[in-house]
Amino acid sequence: MSFINLKEKVVQVKIVYYGPGRGGKTTNLEFVNRTYRKQILSEMVSLKTHGDRTLFFDFLPFDMGKIKGYDIKIQLYTVPGQVKYNATRKLVLRGVDGIVFVADAMEKQREKNIRSLNQLHENLQSYKESIFKIPLVMQYNKVDLKEHGIPVLPLSVLQNDLNSRLKVPYLEASAITGYNVAATLKKIISSSVISIQKKLL
Amino acid sequence: MNYGIVSQEQLEQIDVILSDKLIKLGVDCVIIIDMAGNIITAKDNGESKYDVYSFAALAAGNFATVDAMAKLVGEQEFSLLFHKGQESNIHFSKIDDELLLISMFGQDISLGFLRLNVVDVVEKIRKIWEKE
Ligand SMILES: Nc1nc2c(ncn2[C@@H]2O[C@H](COP(=O)(O)OP(=O)(O)OP(=O)(O)O)[C@@H](O)[C@H]2O)c(=O)[nH]1
Ligand SMILES: [Mg+2]
Repeated sequence: MSFINLKEKVVQVKIVYYGPGRGGKTTNLEFVNRTYRKQILSEMVSLKTHGDRTLFFDFLPFDMGKIKGYDIKIQLYTVPGQVKYNATRKLVLRGVDGIVFVADAMEKQREKNIRSLNQLHENLQSYKESIFKIPLVMQYNKVDLKEHGIPVLPLSVLQNDLNSRLKVPYLEASAITGYNVAATLKKIISSSVISIQKKLL
Repeated sequence: MNYGIVSQEQLEQIDVILSDKLIKLGVDCVIIIDMAGNIITAKDNGESKYDVYSFAALAAGNFATVDAMAKLVGEQEFSLLFHKGQESNIHFSKIDDELLLISMFGQDISLGFLRLNVVDVVEKIRKIWEKE
């Protein structure tokens, strides 16, 4: 649930990057943090293990400027993707307004993507939210690996596995080079803001 | 209250309560957040410069973690959540299922005194929500 302050005319929007472990969620936020310094209100917070895996979440507040007189403050979060951390993943999803599902396009990660998406569905249900209703964008990450001869799932397979029923906007991306990272963010922000506006009317 | 939206009037009333009951006593900074990590309001004594957005995200995570641990050991909740440091302390208090009041204060206020005032503030804030 976004939080709207009518006195100061501020809307806070919570966007969560979700997906299997090592899929590139943290890398997405790191790229945004580097590229949009001016719009970032403070330091990125990363609660991680020594091996650089997300332990609880990454957090990055991002200032969108004004829409219809309201100051839009975007709060970007990532969840920890490792299977054992589902309890913390659920905590991070509390009050979410929009989700980017970061799938790992590497061929050998095919099953993990599907399992992670199914669990997202269950986790949202525990908050009485529906994966079919919440603003969601699919990001097929690591497409740069093709050039390095590493087998990557074709778009048609990813779409069929993950997006055949959801039918949400999708982008191929490479978080490490930044390809489509900003486009993904813009897409989810606009879907989330539209959905909040609808709820307000 | 239509949760998620607070009116200007409600916020002004809450800000007055926070100033009168906590900041004037010497509390450095008070923040009300929701369980998703959003800031509802923040008041400080004009000297403390905390990064309240990151703070809110971490505080919501911390509270949620402790709450989940309480449930694992069969407790409804741990009623006292308090972190003590050399110079500053942080006290958490649940307003209702969605809102948390967080106070940051130094060594010149005792925990007991703070808690008494926090209880009072929480009651007053609940009343403001109820009026809706
Ligand atoms: N080649 C390539 N590597 C990537 C890309 N995105 C992320 N990586 C690498 O994949 C590894 C994992 O990335 P992270 O961003 O930490 O993954 P995560 O999803 O946050 O992982 P968890 O925190 O465990 O859930 C790192 O070594 C990244 O450098 C990409 O687009 N292309
Ligand atoms: Mg991570």
